[in-house]
Amino acid sequence: MLHIVNKSPLERNTLDSCLAAAQSGAAVLLIEDGVYAATRGNAAESKLRSASERLEIYVLAPDLEARGMGASLTEGVKPVDYAGFVDLVVKHKNCQSWL
Amino acid sequence: MGEGTVKKIMYVNRKAPYGTIYALESLEVVLIAAAFDQDVSLVFMDDGVYQLKKGHQTKGIEVKNFQPTYRALDDYDVNKLYVEKEALEARGLSEADMCVPVEVKSAAEIGKLMEEQDVLLSF
Repeated sequence: MLHIVNKSPLERNTLDSCLAAAQSGAAVLLIEDGVYAATRGNAAESKLRSASERLEIYVLAPDLEARGMGASLTEGVKPVDYAGFVDLVVKHKNCQSWL
Repeated sequence: MGEGTVKKIMYVNRKAPYGTIYALESLEVVLIAAAFDQDVSLVFMDDGVYQLKKGHQTKGIEVKNFQPTYRALDDYDVNKLYVEKEALEARGLSEADMCVPVEVKSAAEIGKLMEEQDVLLSF
């Protein structure tokens, strides 16, 4: 399945809730303020790195670029555009938004 | 407020830009209130430091990029900008990542400045 996180990891605990619940092999897409979790030097970086060993982690590139973080993407996280976002939704059986 | 009374007003910005409307609204209020010639300062704490992260490119999300407005603040004599040291560190950022000149201060130092204010406006 696909999990979507749209809140900053330093403002809310939705990323933690998502990572605690997500089953191995699931996909996690970071959008809006959620993209900060996938930036180098963020306090959530190590958490996300270890999660990427068992989960597919994606980030919505336009949201990263809007925030001036386009050059700071953490390794192992795959950037997607809006078309890629749609592909992820279509590809997975269901989707949970951790609002 | 009597004529000629100058108050110390601090705007406390703690939210990331674009994900919510807070950052833009704060900036709007700062610009409007600048006309009243008060002793204004802006503080950026927690995710608020992301508002000043250089290089916003908002074309892809079709939202107005309001970052250039921060550079105009100096024209309104708003030039006391304080950024929280701990917040920068927790986000892998440094003073060099900021789009305008700022003064980096610890949370405790910012707390001390808060004590000196007549009015605090939170965003």
